Amino acid sequence: MNAAVKELEEFRREVSAWLEANKPGDPGFLLPQSFMEVGTEQQVDFLREWQHKVWNAGYLGMAWPKQYGGQGVDAAYQSIADQEMRRHGVPICFNVIGLGWAGPLINDIGTDEEKSRYLKGILSAEDIWCQGFSEPDHGSDLGNARTRASRDGDSWVINGTKIWTTLGNYAKYMILLARTNPEAERKYDGLSFFLAPMDAEGIETRPIRKLTGEYGFTETFFTDARIPADCLMGAEGQGWKIAMQTLQYERGAEAGAAGGLAFVRIVIDDLVEQLRDVPRGDAGVLDDPVMRDELVRLIMEEKAIALGDRRSGISALTSDYPLSLPLSNKLRWTEYTRRMRQFAINAQGADGALYVGDDRAPAGGFWQRAYLNSFSATIGGGTSQIQANIIAEHVLGLPK
Amino acid sequence: MSVIGNTALRFDDEQAMLLDYARSFCADKGLAEARLHLESEQAHDVSLWQEIVAMGWTGIGLPESAGGAGLGIGAAVPVLESMGRVLMGTPLMSSLLAVQLLVRADATAAAAILQSIAAGEVATVAQLEASGWASSEVTAQLDENGRVQGHKRMVMDAAQARWLVVTLDHEQAALAVIDTQSLAADAIRPRQLIDLTHRAADVLLEDVEPALVITGDGVPGALRDYTLLGALLVAAESTGAAAAALDTIIDYLKTRKQFDKLIGSYQALKHPAVDILNNVDSSRSFIYHAATLVGDGVLGRDQEIACRMAKAQATETLKFAGDRAVQFHGGMGFSWECDAQLFIRRAQWAQQQFGDAQHHRKYLADLLLNS
Repeated sequence: MNAAVKELEEFRREVSAWLEANKPGDPGFLLPQSFMEVGTEQQVDFLREWQHKVWNAGYLGMAWPKQYGGQGVDAAYQSIADQEMRRHGVPICFNVIGLGWAGPLINDIGTDEEKSRYLKGILSAEDIWCQGFSEPDHGSDLGNARTRASRDGDSWVINGTKIWTTLGNYAKYMILLARTNPEAERKYDGLSFFLAPMDAEGIETRPIRKLTGEYGFTETFFTDARIPADCLMGAEGQGWKIAMQTLQYERGAEAGAAGGLAFVRIVIDDLVEQLRDVPRGDAGVLDDPVMRDELVRLIMEEKAIALGDRRSGISALTSDYPLSLPLSNKLRWTEYTRRMRQFAINAQGADGALYVGDDRAPAGGFWQRAYLNSFSATIGGGTSQIQANIIAEHVLGLPK
Repeated sequence: MSVIGNTALRFDDEQAMLLDYARSFCADKGLAEARLHLESEQAHDVSLWQEIVAMGWTGIGLPESAGGAGLGIGAAVPVLESMGRVLMGTPLMSSLLAVQLLVRADATAAAAILQSIAAGEVATVAQLEASGWASSEVTAQLDENGRVQGHKRMVMDAAQARWLVVTLDHEQAALAVIDTQSLAADAIRPRQLIDLTHRAADVLLEDVEPALVITGDGVPGALRDYTLLGALLVAAESTGAAAAALDTIIDYLKTRKQFDKLIGSYQALKHPAVDILNNVDSSRSFIYHAATLVGDGVLGRDQEIACRMAKAQATETLKFAGDRAVQFHGGMGFSWECDAQLFIRRAQWAQQQFGDAQHHRKYLADLLLNS
């Protein structure tokens, strides 16, 4: 073992010990499983405190520069911290739009001034960020965004509506995609990218109540909202390019993201464990041959995705359609997740009909809520149907 | 411990070269080669088998100590996947599996026979007696004179085989190797398979003097490993076939026009094509995962799970791909000329070999869910 590897292993032990000692106990209310599910003040306060604690301990933004609140060390350290956080099942670091989108972008292409203004607050969870990309009429078709930004002296004047703004009513800043030139020949060239303050006059948020009954998103209205001219990121007309650049940070700390867990991964083991004590007829649900067959199918589906991750790194075994595995991952994982969570409710018997708030609901209604929330992933970021079109056209080469 | 368990998947340069070589060899022959022999007695040319023997593929899985190439049986996966792509119907799989059974039962006793198989004599295992692989019923036996009596069903490539490895009801289990030259003229009775690219026959064994009898503790374990490896090799072949069925579909969707539009632009055809792609991806991941794990030793729990998942996934994938290949070709798909029929027929055969998906999932449930 060389020195660097040894050091990383020591670091892993250090983080693990810290997480062991500092993992929060049961708060007495259901915590969100992803940053898109934060719906109450109670949850926001809890998660803000947790993220602050993780950052304070030095386990968030580790690869970001020291002068802006990071640790200035190799991203490998952050990756290890993230792995350990997942392994210990600690809560999420919920300021995800800041940590995984806005922050890395500012780090990469921002001015020194922007870096000192924004980065530290992102890490400490003092400044919550949200994202204004989707519009009511342009969900899957982002390139057609209509929200207008017009230059007026020292300000940009924004008019339009954004929707599905995660954490919109808690956010201090928004990364905003708006049209600065409606006449541009290519629709993409008419878009610009802004770091907009949410407290500007003329910006209103209306919380959207989700199918779970909780809040997590807002619709955001801009009515002659004035934001300072220096809120423009990059140059005018580069909005689409910059928006696409944010997508690369999804690959984690190695790609520039600050780190931390964005969501609690619910896997097939959680389901199998949950079903160990569930009766069905005179025996357990895990003794029922039909239910066993269904479970084996689900296990195979999850295992196939895990094996696909391994295979995607071997070019000799991906030569038919090299983009197939990476481009299909979102579709496959989210659709699998949705069905797996639905099956969990199915397998619970009569109590499966109970929901969060009922004292008999299995696991406090965890699976019921998780199932309903799973649609955020099969719809958000491009619906499964749009994903299938993308795969058909870009992987299989089928005509539009 | 996670029910997902072992997710090892490795593929070294040597294996990559073998895959590359096997793919281009098979692609050169093409589906046209399989089509030539659909209604002949043999599913291939004699010369094709000679080429396969010359490339050393009949020695895959045979340990160096027994005169083999020292490539583990996992190396058969890229070869059979490649053959599956063009539905090449040679007895290679039969021979490789007979070798595995013999090597695992008693490589020393079978040394001479193993060498002849590696040199190109076809061998096959005569196992099935009941109506399917869910039953392990065996009644074939050695009589008091040491002669084999019994009736075996659906023996792959029996009509071409020099050696039959017959499973026997004897002590805990035993094997008899029979030289087909010692059989009566009507002992081998070809069956009409739905898959026209493979051949199988029933075998009537009456007073047959075996060339070799293997008994002892090694036999039951060898039989178990043989059925798992059989499942894996059929899965490999089926994965190649499913990938080829997908290619056939995509070609058609990109060229056929209706209502002035390429039919591939319709989502009703696009989305199932993506489902097939994802399923082929899963099949490939499973077969190469299993290929990574299986070695010369006794197969353990992880290997058993890998082989069963590979089979449960790959033949279901091929069924789906073949089925949609026929449907998506419209009227053409209903014709003999269209290749889609070859895939859908292969699928019906493959799902039955070494147990169907339901059979394997039943065993997987025991392996994965019993606490």
